[in-house]
Amino acid sequence: MEWDWSYTGDIIPDLLRGLRYTVIATLLGYLIAVVLGLVWALLRRTPNVVVRQVVRWVTEFIRCTPLIPQLFFAFYVLPTWGLTFGKLTVGVLMLGIHYSTYMAEVYRAGIADVPRGQWEAAKALNLPRTRVWLDVVLPQAVRKVIPTLGNYLIAMFKDSPLLLAIGVPELLTSARSVGARTFEYLEPMTMVGVLFIVVSVISSILLRRLERHYATN
Amino acid sequence: MPPTDTTPEKDAAPLRGSAPGIRFEKVIKRFGSNTVLRELDFTVAPGERVTLIGPSGSGKTTILRLLMTLEKPDGGLIFVGDDPLWHMDRGGKRVPANQKHLHEMRKRIGMVFQQFNLFPNMNVLRNLTEGPMRVLGVPRDEAVERAKGLLDLVGLADKIDAHPSQLSGGQQQRVAIARALAMEPQVLLLDEVTSALDPELVVGVQDLLRDIARQSDLTLLCVTHEMTFAKDISDRVLMFDQGQIVEEGPPERMFGEPSEQRTRDFLQAVLAT
Ligand SMILES: Nc1ncnc2c1ncn2[C@@H]1O[C@H](COP(=O)(O)OP(=O)(O)O)[C@@H](O)[C@H]1O
Ligand SMILES: [Mg+2]
Repeated sequence: MEWDWSYTGDIIPDLLRGLRYTVIATLLGYLIAVVLGLVWALLRRTPNVVVRQVVRWVTEFIRCTPLIPQLFFAFYVLPTWGLTFGKLTVGVLMLGIHYSTYMAEVYRAGIADVPRGQWEAAKALNLPRTRVWLDVVLPQAVRKVIPTLGNYLIAMFKDSPLLLAIGVPELLTSARSVGARTFEYLEPMTMVGVLFIVVSVISSILLRRLERHYATN
Repeated sequence: MPPTDTTPEKDAAPLRGSAPGIRFEKVIKRFGSNTVLRELDFTVAPGERVTLIGPSGSGKTTILRLLMTLEKPDGGLIFVGDDPLWHMDRGGKRVPANQKHLHEMRKRIGMVFQQFNLFPNMNVLRNLTEGPMRVLGVPRDEAVERAKGLLDLVGLADKIDAHPSQLSGGQQQRVAIARALAMEPQVLLLDEVTSALDPELVVGVQDLLRDIARQSDLTLLCVTHEMTFAKDISDRVLMFDQGQIVEEGPPERMFGEPSEQRTRDFLQAVLAT
């Protein structure tokens, strides 16, 4: 099997189209995960025991089951209940929801890490509950977990090919259909790896920069 | 209360003696099976400066934390001024305090902690304006002015934009004192505020507190092992052991000729360190 450079050049546009879906799905999913994760973490600290326990078990369940059956569930089962979404929407939502349960744990640890003295000083100043969270606890908690949250971006990126299972035309899907057309899989699959590495490395560099920015400020 | 020139006219500093007093009535506090306060009774007069001394674990911090509502009593009553701290009247009956009552009562009380507990995510100015703006509804300009006045008082006017991590322990503690004063409390609680400081920084903070004690009408409850300092600022010293008052009196007598053996032993031990 010989590496064919001109064939490689020909398939690049197809692959880049796939990569665009991969990146979009990852970024949108990440946005959902970052926000929803914080919501879970906060709900797990509400005074209401029922809310706390429900959130705890639901997130635990999502976190401890694989993403693929969750994707299939949303894609095949929800429509039978009258809830129909496009492939990409389902993919983005489920990727985001799945990872939000991991992020929730990250936020939870960050919040737990804020020293007791901070809560007590806030109480001694008589700050109302929302101000304690918004001005004192969350800024400290979030800052501490930014590196971990950043690593999840890359983790999600690497998991995004799972969206292939429901037919989102992401990178791996494009590579496979190119291969199926030409019966040449070496170049497309290799290029999938190369593109993943390139994007991952670039994101890591950007993330590390962001981290440094927050570490010094 | 900051010196009168930084206080807005509308609530100019009242004369010493108009700050609320404190009364503990049969207060009980347990941590699990450990009963720390056993029906503790004591009174602090309005505007009085009282120092609590006693061996580690005798319950001094617990008393201040109960007053700051950081701990909840298991029995008895705590009065700040005429009102019970942890209870309120409803239809002539005394019921447990709700959040609103606690919020109102806390406005009278300020606390300075051993570990400063400044907010590390805010600069010095914001540490001092956060409470007045968010709790008292003071407009930003006025809060900033008040903060500047207090920073002058504590000698840190040039650190207004610094972050707590850029300050020495002594400077952090002075900012923490200013932060407590910015809320214009009537009762100030000081829990070993110099014991986490390097020895050379202790004097600065003590001098500041002496000034504040002289210039204000605050009711002051202070835990300290520094006897000279205690002598300077307090009207009365209470010696605690195992959650009970062993002995009390004016500082000269308490430190000069204590009548109880336990007090003598304690003072001896403190002097030895
Ligand atoms: N949060 C807590 N949980 C359990 N025990 C506590 C807690 N806070 C204080 N104690 C116990 O209460 C007793 C009194 O403590 P404290 O008021 O801190 O004493 P002091 O300030 O005089 O050294 C000690 O035996 C201490 O171990
Ligand atoms: Mg103590």
